[in-house]
Amino acid sequence: MLRFFEYVGKPFVLLIEAFGKVILLLVSTISWMVRPPYRIHEIFKQMEFVGVNSLPVVIITGAFTGMVLAIQTYYGFKMFGGESLVGATVALSMTRELGPAITALMVTGRVGSAMAAEIGTMRVTEQIDALYTMSVNPVQYLIMPRVIASIMMLPVLTIVSDFIGIVGGYFVGVRLLNINSGIFVARIIEFVALSDIVNGLIKSAVFGLILSLVGCYKGFGTFGGAAGVGRATTQSVVISSVSILISDYFLTAVMF
Amino acid sequence: MKIELLNVCKSFKGQVVLDNLNLTVEPNKITVIIGKSGGGKSVLLKHVIGLIRPDSGSVFIGDDEISALNDKKLNEIRKNFGMLFQDAALFDSMTVGDNIAFPIREHTRFSKAEIDVIVKEKLRQVGLKRVTQKMPSELSGGMRKRVGLARALALDPKIILFDEPTTGLDPIMCDAIDRLIVKTQRHTNATCLVISHDIDSTFKIAHKVAMLYDGKIIEYGSPDKIKWSENPVVKNFIAGKSISKH
Ligand SMILES: Nc1ncnc2c1ncn2[C@@H]1O[C@H](COP(=O)(O)OP(=O)(O)OP(=O)(O)O)[C@@H](O)[C@H]1O
Ligand SMILES: [Mg+2]
Repeated sequence: MLRFFEYVGKPFVLLIEAFGKVILLLVSTISWMVRPPYRIHEIFKQMEFVGVNSLPVVIITGAFTGMVLAIQTYYGFKMFGGESLVGATVALSMTRELGPAITALMVTGRVGSAMAAEIGTMRVTEQIDALYTMSVNPVQYLIMPRVIASIMMLPVLTIVSDFIGIVGGYFVGVRLLNINSGIFVARIIEFVALSDIVNGLIKSAVFGLILSLVGCYKGFGTFGGAAGVGRATTQSVVISSVSILISDYFLTAVMF
Repeated sequence: MKIELLNVCKSFKGQVVLDNLNLTVEPNKITVIIGKSGGGKSVLLKHVIGLIRPDSGSVFIGDDEISALNDKKLNEIRKNFGMLFQDAALFDSMTVGDNIAFPIREHTRFSKAEIDVIVKEKLRQVGLKRVTQKMPSELSGGMRKRVGLARALALDPKIILFDEPTTGLDPIMCDAIDRLIVKTQRHTNATCLVISHDIDSTFKIAHKVAMLYDGKIIEYGSPDKIKWSENPVVKNFIAGKSISKH
């Protein structure tokens, strides 16, 4: 019986422990934000990596998400003559949910994994130790810029995704499925409130925090050579993705 | 600055690496630590700069107990240090030039032009030319090591730790690096702690030699004292003979 509890309880304890460590890392990251040097150059470098370089993948996924949404809702709504609401449905789904979520998941795969791999490699090749010996704090030099850049760039990417998704929906709805263009746009303006967009962006900022913090945490704790780097990278993507979807539920429940 | 290790013990997962080790490194001298591969030399060096904390015992740098300081104080003290890692530990996302400039940019207010001059000079000292724009991955192992050396010397530190500075270099380059260490020490009057496998170069550069064996310093003294040591382990190590424990 004790064995059983040990078996069931251990992962749970480990989970809580890991969660605590991530929170500690967050606190340490925040405390390094307010101390000079401010690493502006590093922050811009990371903003380029997280933001600019993610644009192509965000544009493609955003466009196709909007397009498929348009098709799906069209076939559903046609049954009761609601085709005119396709535009509004696409726009609401994109801004409130799919824009932030799809963007965060894509960026996790592209950026979160790269953070874990890069910092993990620096750990196992003693580059992080080298930073310490040069009196440079790796949390400030490596982690803080990545977290800040992710929190700032995820909302920007999400806006792009929202917009491109709606354009994609427009293309499919108006051009391919012959919904009246005026009505398509009018319904969007009628139904989508500013708060829908803003709340989606707030969510995306939280997702940016999660994916960068988890990626950096996993990378920073890497041990065991190349295999260890691989493990850290995989785990960071899995943990980030799951955490993003779970927190998405709770954020949505609270905000909308 | 004086370096002192007092009753330092360190184990990794039950494997004892340092076992009640005592060592006093004289200030403004070159001390070479010799000992067999896997004997704990790198671990010892990392204790001196606070990268590893002892399980018990203490490490003093000057009057500060580095093994008990908080991160902030530790950072202050480390500004006196330069360290060459065994595998160089170059930042692989930066060019060679940026690697060497990194500690200078972090801790001084030199202009870009001044830093360029220092970087060039340090690279020249370690016998490298036209590599400033290369990435570490484009260099050979020996070249990486020398870039690491240039980076360790970039700020003219008061304490310099070298983890096998000449391993992997050709004989002529070995000699050049040995000379560089001696010259640097004479110039800056730094305290140098060098790990070496190479008996010849050890006797060439050392003011003092310490032999690490079984987690302890079993012999310490001038190169002559080590050369004529009666201790069979030391004798065999210097003669390059393998010893059986029985
Ligand atoms: N981080 C670590 N975790 C676990 N064991 C370690 C760690 N670092 C070193 N060791 C162990 O400590 C012992 C001493 O290692 P160390 O690197 O100090 O040897 P060394 O004397 O520098 O050898 P070499 O001359 O080959 O570099 C080794 O047996 C190694 O397995
Ligand atoms: Mg070693």
